[in-house]
Amino acid sequence: MDKILNILKENSNLSYGEIAAMINEPEDYVEKQIKQYEQDGIIRGYRAVIDYDKVKDAGATAFIELKVTPKKDTGFDEIAKQVMAFEEVENVYLMAGSFDLMVRVNGENVTEIAMFVAKRLSTLDGVLATNTHFQLRTYKESGIIIFDEEDQEDKRSIIL
Amino acid sequence: MIDYNSIINDKIKQIKPSGIRKFFDIASEMDNVISLSIGEPDFNTPWHVREAGIISLQQGNTKYTSNKGLTKLRHEICSFFLRKYNVSYNGDNECIVTVGGSEAIDLAMRCLINEGDEVLIPQPSFVCYDPLVRMADGIPVVVETREEDNFKLVPELLEKVITSKSRLLVLPYPNNPTGAIMEKAELEKIAEIVRKHNLFVISDEIYAELTYNNKKHISFASIEGMKERTVVVSGFSKSYSMTGWRLGYSLAPKPVTDAMVKLHQFAIMSAPTTAQYAAIEALKHGDRDIEKMRDEYDMRRRLVVRRFREMGLGCFEPEGAFYAFPCIKSTGLSSEEFCTRLLKSKSVAVVPGNAFGDSGEGFVRVSYSFSVKHIKEALNRVESFINELKEGK
Repeated sequence: MDKILNILKENSNLSYGEIAAMINEPEDYVEKQIKQYEQDGIIRGYRAVIDYDKVKDAGATAFIELKVTPKKDTGFDEIAKQVMAFEEVENVYLMAGSFDLMVRVNGENVTEIAMFVAKRLSTLDGVLATNTHFQLRTYKESGIIIFDEEDQEDKRSIIL
Repeated sequence: MIDYNSIINDKIKQIKPSGIRKFFDIASEMDNVISLSIGEPDFNTPWHVREAGIISLQQGNTKYTSNKGLTKLRHEICSFFLRKYNVSYNGDNECIVTVGGSEAIDLAMRCLINEGDEVLIPQPSFVCYDPLVRMADGIPVVVETREEDNFKLVPELLEKVITSKSRLLVLPYPNNPTGAIMEKAELEKIAEIVRKHNLFVISDEIYAELTYNNKKHISFASIEGMKERTVVVSGFSKSYSMTGWRLGYSLAPKPVTDAMVKLHQFAIMSAPTTAQYAAIEALKHGDRDIEKMRDEYDMRRRLVVRRFREMGLGCFEPEGAFYAFPCIKSTGLSSEEFCTRLLKSKSVAVVPGNAFGDSGEGFVRVSYSFSVKHIKEALNRVESFINELKEGK
């Protein structure tokens, strides 16, 4: 993968100048590249990685396996589009294996998510079965270790 | 009452404790210090290497190895060295696996120095050479390296301090703390002097895998005629992020290796067995790990140098190791004043350059073995410190 993307993936609040220094390219080249990535839809946004376990009233999260019947012409795309249209749905992936779509859903609480699955997801035309897994805690999020920060502490001592 | 003073060896008594101890004591007592002072990698040892150590324990490989180290490891070291630096050593009798590179340096010093021999030590450099020379009854002689020479060892300054008693030259490149490296043509000039004055060389190449700008490390032993005059010291700490495993090695002509093995077998027996098994895995399958870490260091290096230059501090471009060595003379402060004030007012710890020899005065050592996020925060604080100095606060 391109160096700029690799850097931004880790840390998106560096200036063009800082990224330029890191990869030894001129600043305007970096600016042009990033703008191009944004235009081409390769970079879709910049957001904070939040440890929801520390946030009050952060709600609940579930991963839902969906078994669906693909359509003749459009395959899985049509049903996926219907699923991703829901505001509650955070991620939708087409999977290989014993089910078809993996859906990540956020809600106020477990009951709300359960109702969402029962009333809206499972009733969609083409959905054969659902299997809901509630998330209990986060250990690692977007490459950042969230759990057990003590383990992440720098235990090195000053050695010359 | 026992008079301990009369019991303790005179030479060790004369070795001064590091003058910057006080500074570190302050740092260690403060909370929320953000450090750029650490001299070891921030990466974990690659998992497959750790796993090889674990498996060796599961298999019950918990005994001493042969004094020189596992035969397989010594042969892997030699084939690695041939592949990377194009120097061929015999794993059977020219290689010793040691407890870190530092043990190899100590062995070499004690086996090569006779009482009164002068040992030439380029400075600024790592702090161990001077005391180890003294303990071996040698006389340390400092060779100054300067910023205007990119902290390389310059033939004229070396020749200036050579006397009829000069026996041994330490070559600490890639260099801690300056990040300087020596290129082939420069080493060839040093080799001429070594030949002319019949010197022997300890080449401390522990940072060999960490060089940048596509300048691959050149081993001093690869310079024509130098293999028979050189003890190469290297190890696993810096290249594979294995500092805590305590594993290094020496490569030297058989008669020198034989002498060093004698001392090593009485003082150490053998290097840690678990670490030796892990090191075999590192040498066989660790090239990509080195590359990944080097690429990451390289980005940080460029970031750090740029930021210091933007702050208006001179910062020569380091091409090896993971340190920058910015010049702080323009602030009017001494290295220690600078570091102490930076620590007290901004809680950022960097190391005074004079910790590495008098010629390091006017500089500070900044380690970039930290995440970009950490480096950025620390440098923001350094910048505001510099700005406050300029405003005369």
